[in-house]
Amino acid sequence: MEGFMAIIVGIFFTVAIYLMLSQYIIRILIGVAILGNAVNMLIFVAGRVTREAPPIIGKGAETLPATAANPLPQALILTAIVISFSFFAFLLVLAYRAYQALKTDDTHQMRLAEPEDAPPPPLGY
Amino acid sequence: MAASGIPLEALQTSFALAPVPAVHWLVIAPPVWCMLVGAILIMARKRMGLQSWLAIPALGLLALMDAGLLVAVIREGPITMVMGRWLPPFGIAFTVDLTGALFNLAAGVAALGGGVAALGDIDRTRRAYGFFPFLFLMVGGVSGAFLTGDLFNLYVWFEVLLISSFGLIVLGSEREQLDGATKYAILNLIGTTLFLIAVGILYAMFGTLNMADIAAKAPTLAPSAPMMTLGLVFVAAFSMKAAAFPVNFWLPASYHTPRIVVAGLFAGLLTKVGVYALIRVMVMMFPEEGNAYSMLIGAVAIATMLTGALGALAQADIRRMLGYMVISGIGIMLTGVSLGAQTAISGVIFYGLHSMIVMLALYLAAGVAGRMGGSFSLHDLAGLYAKSPLLSAMTLCLFLSVSGLPPFSGFWPKAMLVKAAFDFGAWWQGTALLVSGLLTTIAAARAFALGWWRMPATGAVDPMRMQASEWVPLLALTLVSLAIGLYPEPLLALTLSAANGVLDPSAYLHSVFPAGVPTP
Repeated sequence: MEGFMAIIVGIFFTVAIYLMLSQYIIRILIGVAILGNAVNMLIFVAGRVTREAPPIIGKGAETLPATAANPLPQALILTAIVISFSFFAFLLVLAYRAYQALKTDDTHQMRLAEPEDAPPPPLGY
Repeated sequence: MAASGIPLEALQTSFALAPVPAVHWLVIAPPVWCMLVGAILIMARKRMGLQSWLAIPALGLLALMDAGLLVAVIREGPITMVMGRWLPPFGIAFTVDLTGALFNLAAGVAALGGGVAALGDIDRTRRAYGFFPFLFLMVGGVSGAFLTGDLFNLYVWFEVLLISSFGLIVLGSEREQLDGATKYAILNLIGTTLFLIAVGILYAMFGTLNMADIAAKAPTLAPSAPMMTLGLVFVAAFSMKAAAFPVNFWLPASYHTPRIVVAGLFAGLLTKVGVYALIRVMVMMFPEEGNAYSMLIGAVAIATMLTGALGALAQADIRRMLGYMVISGIGIMLTGVSLGAQTAISGVIFYGLHSMIVMLALYLAAGVAGRMGGSFSLHDLAGLYAKSPLLSAMTLCLFLSVSGLPPFSGFWPKAMLVKAAFDFGAWWQGTALLVSGLLTTIAAARAFALGWWRMPATGAVDPMRMQASEWVPLLALTLVSLAIGLYPEPLLALTLSAANGVLDPSAYLHSVFPAGVPTP
């Protein structure tokens, strides 16, 4: 199961990196979203995929059975999902506002903050 | 019982509720306080008059807490605070050692200076859109990152400071800002995600996220695990956060676009968090891998400081010039990380503290210069010396400090790093440090000659006054830099023992696991 999941994670990372290398903001953002999911699955696999027993300490026992699923990665992923979701929402709005203001989502043309024809500093008084 | 390997005694210690000494609450006080005040300020967002009256005293109190925490750490050594009695390595631990406490105090002082300067620089509209809440959340994130003892928690604090910095950088929504913020936001998010990837891989290998636990287990795990890969992902992630050479183009693209106070706070606080994390992970937790990558980090450091200094030389806009000086400073710190010895690491910590204060002050000075001269471009700025001698004197001090000339705070850490480099026979790193210092001096001196000394073409200059919100923080920060430069002994001793604590984390480990590190 882990091996199969690892391959899926690899495919997700490939797709994400391919999209993020694009010059258009919207594709980069889709890449960022997929990257977030790739990482979440990575953490999930990192906790080992076991599903024999739920992580509940039974009556009379003091610790989890060794076969129990690992609950910590799920807590980590939950945190990471919330964070990446809110960031993605913010980035979408930001990209849309930038598109409205700059009339482009082509990063090659987004040169307002760093104009290409910025003069060098004066060479003398 | 034996299957999970947790001895019953460990459970019993966690049930024993010994009262926590009052001073230990200071460990979590800075982030909690920032979140609390930030939340109150959001609730009071309609009460514009209240915002600054609440924010400035709260920032003052924060700086006091940070100072108190530093004193406590000097007295007791590293202090650990555990959430909800879930003892390490299971619960989230906040562990503060001298390095964290020093950085935390400098961040608190910088935040106070920035907050006071914001009273004049941030207009009503921007305050109505939440400048002060964002400021508190960001400072809370920075403090949390410096104080936490849990790697996943460090990631969460990174995200906290990142999302509030997004809020600050777009405040005002000018077209330039949107352009800069888009690049800043996307690239920083990718950098932080890279960090999360590293955390995921680390969890798969170690099964723990507690920094002390990882540091203790790393040597035993090293022969059988892909530690070098893990180390490289960490180096890449933190280099991106710290703005090291090939992955730093988000910084010059964005740092000159927001209001000057925001830019100054970013320059002072955010990149240093990346350097701090690099020290924590690659020097304290994985010293073997850090050593193996010292050549790589050293090369990146040289590229960073030289491209930074050359970039500063090539800019006509003083804000953009300062952005490149921030990068150059990061290169200087990375050099120390790559050298890795006690003097070098203490030089890095010293430089980080100096840079937090001085870079913020330089941005504030540039802001005043821009207001008085009506422009940030060296083509148009002129005659500032005649307009305000006080501003000129402070700017000159700060320029000399950032160039690393005595008697200011930039000189000592740089001298330590150069000496460490030549002591180790790394003459190429020492030479690069000196060359980047020379280039920075030229850039700073030229900016001063053109913007401050040169008389405008019209000849006549009316003297102008600085507002209180301009000169108070600027003078205070300049005096701090001067004081450190003139009397570096106490800070030098502190950073040396801080570096000791990072290189030999036995005190750190003892603070987290008083009964010894549990063995699986």
